[in-house]
This record gives sequence, C-alpha cells and structure tokens, in this order.
Amino acid sequence: MNKSGINLYIGGLLVGVLLVVALIGMVWTPHDPLAMNFAARLAAPGAAHWLGTDEFGRDQLSRLMQGAATSVKISALTVIFAVVSGTVFGVTSGFLRGWVDRVIMAVNDVLLAFPGLLFALGLLAVIGATEYGIILSLGLIYMSSVVRVVRGTVLGLRTREFVEASAVMGNASLFTMWRHILPNCVAPLTVLATSICGWSILAESSLSFLGLGVAPPAPTWGNMLASSRGFLDQAVWLVVFPGLSISLSLLGINLLGDALRDLLDPRMRKRA
Amino acid sequence: MFRFVLGRLTMAIPTLVLVAITVFVLIRLIPGDPAALMLGDASDAQGLAALRERFGLDRSIPEQFAIWVSLLFQGDLGRSIATGHEVLPSIIDRFLVSLRIVVPAIVLGTLVAVPLGMFAAWKQNGLRDVTLVSCATLLLSIPTFWMGMLLLLLFGLHLRWVPIVGYADFSEDPKRAFVYLVLPVLTLFLHELGVILRMARASTLEVLSLDYITHARAKGLPEHVVMWKHAFRNAFGPTWTLLGLILGNLLAGVAVIETVFTIPGLGRLLVDAIFARDYPVIQGCLLFIAAIYILVNLMVDLLYPFFDPRIAAR
Repeated sequence: MNKSGINLYIGGLLVGVLLVVALIGMVWTPHDPLAMNFAARLAAPGAAHWLGTDEFGRDQLSRLMQGAATSVKISALTVIFAVVSGTVFGVTSGFLRGWVDRVIMAVNDVLLAFPGLLFALGLLAVIGATEYGIILSLGLIYMSSVVRVVRGTVLGLRTREFVEASAVMGNASLFTMWRHILPNCVAPLTVLATSICGWSILAESSLSFLGLGVAPPAPTWGNMLASSRGFLDQAVWLVVFPGLSISLSLLGINLLGDALRDLLDPRMRKRA
Repeated sequence: MFRFVLGRLTMAIPTLVLVAITVFVLIRLIPGDPAALMLGDASDAQGLAALRERFGLDRSIPEQFAIWVSLLFQGDLGRSIATGHEVLPSIIDRFLVSLRIVVPAIVLGTLVAVPLGMFAAWKQNGLRDVTLVSCATLLLSIPTFWMGMLLLLLFGLHLRWVPIVGYADFSEDPKRAFVYLVLPVLTLFLHELGVILRMARASTLEVLSLDYITHARAKGLPEHVVMWKHAFRNAFGPTWTLLGLILGNLLAGVAVIETVFTIPGLGRLLVDAIFARDYPVIQGCLLFIAAIYILVNLMVDLLYPFFDPRIAAR
C-alpha cells in the first residue's frame, strides 16, 4: 500500500472513531456528564469510571464523549457556514468579475489581513462567547480562504469552452454557475473543507481553553484541559485524555486531508 | 527593485486603512453608548461628556473616524477601563514579553526544521523521510496548550528541572527570566518544527524536480553542492513566506501558551480585556496585532528577492 493509502486508512479510522463517539455522545453517555459525586472526587481510572473522574467527581469518559459531540457539532456547522458562504461569494466574484468582484475581494482581504484567531477574538468580544458566536466568528475567518480558492478555480474555468458553450446556448449565468462551474470546484473544496474541519476543532478547543468557548459546566475538550491545570500533580488523567482526544482527532483529519489532497490533486502526489 | 518595493508598500497601506476601519466599526457594533462602554462602571456624567468631546462621539461616524485616526497617529489609543493605564504603552510592554517567546521559537524552529525538511526531501519516500514526516504530522496535531502542559508535567513536576510557571524580567534577574522561558519556547518550537519541516520538504521537492537541478546533477556536482548551492535558496522562499504568517499568527495565538505558563504577554492582555469588557484595550490590541502582522508580511515580501531575485524582476 502506498503512503496516500496508509494516510487514508489511518486518517479515516481516526475520524470514523471520532464521529461514532460524537454521535453516541449526543444520545447516550455511561454517566450523566454534569452529575457531581464528591465521594468519587479525582478518582483514578478504574472499573467504575474507566477514564477517572474530575475535581467534582464527574465521570471523565462521559464528559469526553459529550465534548466530542460539541467539537464535531461546532466543527461541522463551521465547515458548512464557511464552505457554503465562501462558495457563493467565490463563484459570484470569479464569474461576474467587475465591481462585484472588487467589493467581495476587498472585504475578503480585510478578513485575511487579521492573523489566525484575532478576528474571531474581536468578534467574540462583540457578540459574546456562545456556541453560535464561535461558529459565526470561525466560519467568517475560514470563509475567506474558501472565497479565494473558489474564485481562483472559477477564474481558471470561465474562459473554457464548456462555459462559453453554455452561455452561447442561452443559459442564464446562475444556471451555468450551478450546473457547469460548481461541480469543478468540488475537488479543491473537499481538501479545504477537511482542513477547515481540523482548524475549527483546534480553534474551538483553544477558545474553550482560554475560557472564551462553550461555557462550563457543559464539557468541551478545551475547558476540561483548562480546569485540569489546577490538578496537574494529583490527577494526570485529567490532562492526558482530553489532550489525547484533540490530538488524535487532529491527526486523523490531517492524515485524511493529506490523502484526499493526493487523490484529488495529482500534481501534489509527487510532492507529498 | 524600486518598483517592487513601491508596489508592496502601496498594497500594504490600503490594507492597514481597511483594518483600521474594521476595528473602528467592530467596536461600534456593540449596542449602547460607546463612551459608557469605554468608561465602564466608573462612568459619570462629567467623565462621559469629556470622553465624548475627546473622541467626538457626538459627531457623525466619518468625523469620529477622522478624530480616532488623528489620535491614533499621536499614539493615543485611550485608557484601560480596568487599570486606568494608557493603552499603547501597556500593549508595547506586553508585546515585548510575547516576542521573548515567539522569536526564539521561530528562529530555533527554522534553524532545525529547514535542514531536516530538505534532508527529508532529499531522501524522499525512504525510511528517514517517512519518519521525519510522520513526526512532523504528529507534532502539528498536538495543540500547543496540551504540549505545554505535558512538558510542564515532565520537566516541571516529574523531573523538577525547571520551575513550573511564572515570569521574571530580564532586567531584574536574567537567569531566572531565562529559566522561566525555556518551557514556553520549547513548546512553541516543537509545534512550529512540524509546520516548517513540512513546508521546507514540500518546497524542496518542488525545486528538486526542476530542470536546472537535473542539469546540475548531470554535470556531476556533488549532492551537497546541489542541495545547498542550487536548491536551498529557491526552496527557502515559500518557507520564508510561511515564517511571516507564523509570526503574525503566533502574536494572537500565543495567548494559550501564556495562559499555560502564566506569562503576561500580549495575547493574555487581549483575552483578559475581553473578559473585563475593556473595549479600549480590545480595540488597541486588535489594531496593534493586525498592524504588526501586515508589517511583518511586508518585510517578508521586501526581503523575498534576496532568496529569489526573479520576484523583484517580474
């Protein structure tokens, strides 16, 4: 098996496990993730609590499962928001050109002028650190990358014969964009959407770690790690498992992204 | 070359203006009286009137923007609601603290990752390449805050080689200041190592596939001459661009490392200001970090022809 195949299998497996755990976590957990039990405070991993308990005696496995559900939900909604809005603006900008293109790209360039999470932090300061605030702010910053990629692809396509033929046949611009241009954007978008998925899981965990994510007591991997800082010397499992969950998810998404890039973009195959 | 520099400068100025407008608008999107927001709980009628007068808050939005920009040019970003201190000096103090973590991490990361990335490309698909790429992918899959906590556990709590958390100023106690910075710098270094190595490897592979490299090899040049004399400068270009982006991203992203190691840096200042709803500080930090990001990338662009003279010639 070649390297892309190995990446695809390992990445697919890790992402599959993440999705299964998240889906189960949405409907069932071994214990109530919010139920406190001071008798079992900071209990080490064992038969009663497989991954131990936290400083309030809450079952860590249940909290990790619900944290996975939160991460996947935020990540999925961020990807949908970024890809849908970025595709609409990117296709419109690249296909129509003129003043529409200039306005869209000027706004997009402003979003790209802010480094990393900075714009998201600024927006969260204004709209408040809620689940939908995070999705909106992350979606907006990742949308700018989608706009650039889609616009670039469309610019390369708009002078091709099949697009001109569609115009000659009298098809409306909207029909040509939907029927002939959009399908050609699927490959680069798939690779980018995988990356956005990883970025948003990392960004959501980072914001939660900073206290700007989903508010406690609702568990997220980031806020679980943040609260474990006070118990580094007493309960190492509180540090290990949430971090491992984030890292394995990111590793799976990175490997899957690499494999998809190799499969969908043959030029990259040699470089990878 | 002059046209190249002028072109890059004229591209940076509109971006800076647009960023300033965005930050100005962003803070004014918050519902309520901006003067009351800027003064916080301590606002009284007299204070509110004075602030409205100073920032022209009772005038039209374009006039307010003009006043804000003129104050900006005088270095006046207002005063912090929480501390009462002037915003700009506080930001600069915290920025210098963040730089002490970010710059050594990036310099060390580049010095180690670029040769390793080139080596991996040279040995493409061999065991050493696969090992290096796997390690790099693993490193960039570990969030910096978790990496920091693991290093704290190992070197701070278990081995007791370094103090757990804290910060000291170099002017007061250089030795202690150095020791406190070891783990934060190591954390960022390990993360950036993965990012830079992958980029250095990818760009080297691209260069190694070009005809002039085949020609150099066909001439019988030794491999180390081909790699360092012919491939390095061209391969380093994309990595150089990446370094500018990393530096800018870290100024906002370093907040998590500063939180793990309780370092009073710029990222932490911004996050604390968001908690305290300290809008003058939030506005100042957003503007300062975005401006530094644009300036760093401008510097990167201007120095790019050093690695690839074709860029200036185009």
